[in-house]
Amino acid sequence: MGILEVKNVGKRFGGLQALGDVNLSVKENTVHAIIGPNGAGKSTLLNCLVGKLIPDTGSVMFDGQSVLGRKPYEINQMGISRVFQTPEIFGDLTVMENMLIPCFAKRDGAFSLNAITSVPSETDVIEKAEAMLVEMNMADKRHMHSASLSRGDKRRLEIGMCLSQEPRLLLLDEPTAGMARADTNNTIDLLKEIKDQRDITIAIIEHDMHVVFSLADRITVLAQGTPLVEDDPQNIRGNPKVREAYLGESA
Amino acid sequence: MFGLDNKDTRMLLVVAVLTLCAPFILNPFPTDSAMAQFNAGYPDLMQRFVIFGIFAIGFNILFGLTGYLSFGHAAFLGVGSYSAVWMFKLLSMNVVPAIMLSVVISGLFALLIGFVSLRRSGIYFSILTLAFAQMSFNLAYSVLTPITNGETGLQLTLEDPRVLGVSATADGSIPVTNLFGMEMRSTFEMVVGPWAFQFNAGYYLCALILLAAFYLSIRIFRSPFGMMLRAVKSNQQRMNYTGLNTKPYTLAAFVISGMYAGLAGGLMASMDPLAGAERMQWTASGEVVLMTILGGAGTLIGPVLGAGFIKYFENIFSKINDNVLHGWFSFMPDGLEDFVVFIIHPFIGKGWHLTLGILFMLVVVFLPGGLVEGGQRIAKWVKGRKNKDDSASATKTPAE
Repeated sequence: MGILEVKNVGKRFGGLQALGDVNLSVKENTVHAIIGPNGAGKSTLLNCLVGKLIPDTGSVMFDGQSVLGRKPYEINQMGISRVFQTPEIFGDLTVMENMLIPCFAKRDGAFSLNAITSVPSETDVIEKAEAMLVEMNMADKRHMHSASLSRGDKRRLEIGMCLSQEPRLLLLDEPTAGMARADTNNTIDLLKEIKDQRDITIAIIEHDMHVVFSLADRITVLAQGTPLVEDDPQNIRGNPKVREAYLGESA
Repeated sequence: MFGLDNKDTRMLLVVAVLTLCAPFILNPFPTDSAMAQFNAGYPDLMQRFVIFGIFAIGFNILFGLTGYLSFGHAAFLGVGSYSAVWMFKLLSMNVVPAIMLSVVISGLFALLIGFVSLRRSGIYFSILTLAFAQMSFNLAYSVLTPITNGETGLQLTLEDPRVLGVSATADGSIPVTNLFGMEMRSTFEMVVGPWAFQFNAGYYLCALILLAAFYLSIRIFRSPFGMMLRAVKSNQQRMNYTGLNTKPYTLAAFVISGMYAGLAGGLMASMDPLAGAERMQWTASGEVVLMTILGGAGTLIGPVLGAGFIKYFENIFSKINDNVLHGWFSFMPDGLEDFVVFIIHPFIGKGWHLTLGILFMLVVVFLPGGLVEGGQRIAKWVKGRKNKDDSASATKTPAE
């Protein structure tokens, strides 16, 4: 029994069957990659996990509880954090404030009318955010406007924000899309570090095979809305079905 | 001090000094000098400065922090005014229960309107609030005449019960609003040489409440709650995926700013106990938007500056007429004098809106951060010049 159990999930948009019959089991403390060509339904599947979309059929269980019908913020409070394809951070706020917000969300829950204390007086939250900034190697940028960070730094910040909530499952949606090689390698190193040092399960959607094979313990290949294969990385490499899905029959 | 850092304490003290010394500051010209018409230090206008200051501070908590542009805030101001006048009619002429009721009622009203309007964001939210405000205006103007007295406006009469007070004073007139016996209209005039400074009880009550309201807004801006509101403006998607429910945050901000508007409305009625539907009209809602943007949305002091600026223009520029202009330009040859007056004429008197419009345009185009940004730029320029002087003299020194 994995920490995330996806059973018979289907989703249809008008005439398009985006997800057919998806079954997926993500084991605790592993890195599970979901790959597949464009239009395979990877993002739809992810959106079904985080509450952005509600699947037409099937069930999604996280740690024994169903996530279906819950709002994204409720699912996040259950312990699932999501990193977006283009970094979603609070661009108008400083790096430190960006880090403080998830720390407050972790401590105070989905809503708190805490208008009496001042932010600098919340020392426990400040210390936690500060520690995470140090861990992400961004302490010297704490007063910077986060919108002016480089793409790689924005990604680092977003991952740090997710980690500061101590999630049990971290979902990454093409975390290296549009990145230069150096930034991609930095992100891979960061994710490896996270995987080694924390009790965390990571599910990653990715195009870049270099990233997938550097990180994944287990890979699911998705094609046309259904899982083609689920296997260990070394077996995926040579699998003829996967090659066909990616390169077309003629190859 | 008071849980604020040094910078905020300094700002609060500056505002305190400015409001408490306003009778002096706004009356710089001797009473019988030609410039006396630019004096703004009379009770009526000073009260309006601070009351609209409170209104704009509250509006800024919603608009400045969360970015939700409400086009219906005058509805809460109007509701506050009506509540206060009803308190004067039914209970007593003491302003304390009246102001408390206006804050509570407008808060409830804001909860209702906010709950519906906040289902949408952006332009749709603005339109919804505008629609609600116009509905409130029309209700007050005609449908709810028994409560609002329609187009005449709600006024005090000699037949009002006033359970804890008197229906009429000993000499048969309507009693006046007071704070535990201190009449709001009582004014002490201090004559210093050619100057006359007026100290009005009502103004000082409003000023103290403004300071409290300003202090509260600083606390909200600096609190975790305030930071969450700024996060709402910045990225709602990230908020939702960070386990935060944006809806109660925006609703809380909406209700708080509605209560500020109600407070302003209650104070308005406390200074002059009548309430009319026109207080709820969309132009009044638009005015507070102008004040906040003109002063600097999202800054602490901006809305207060914007409110003062607009109210000063409304009252001082609209008083200048052609005769005054002819007086100013009488040194010119006749034809030229008439020509200059002809050119300036559309911008004064009833045309003050034109002047305000042009100023607003200039501010939005050249100073998107409002008057506050203007102040910051001047400060930077002065500082930069000083530094240049310093470095210039520093390079000179070795040569000597």
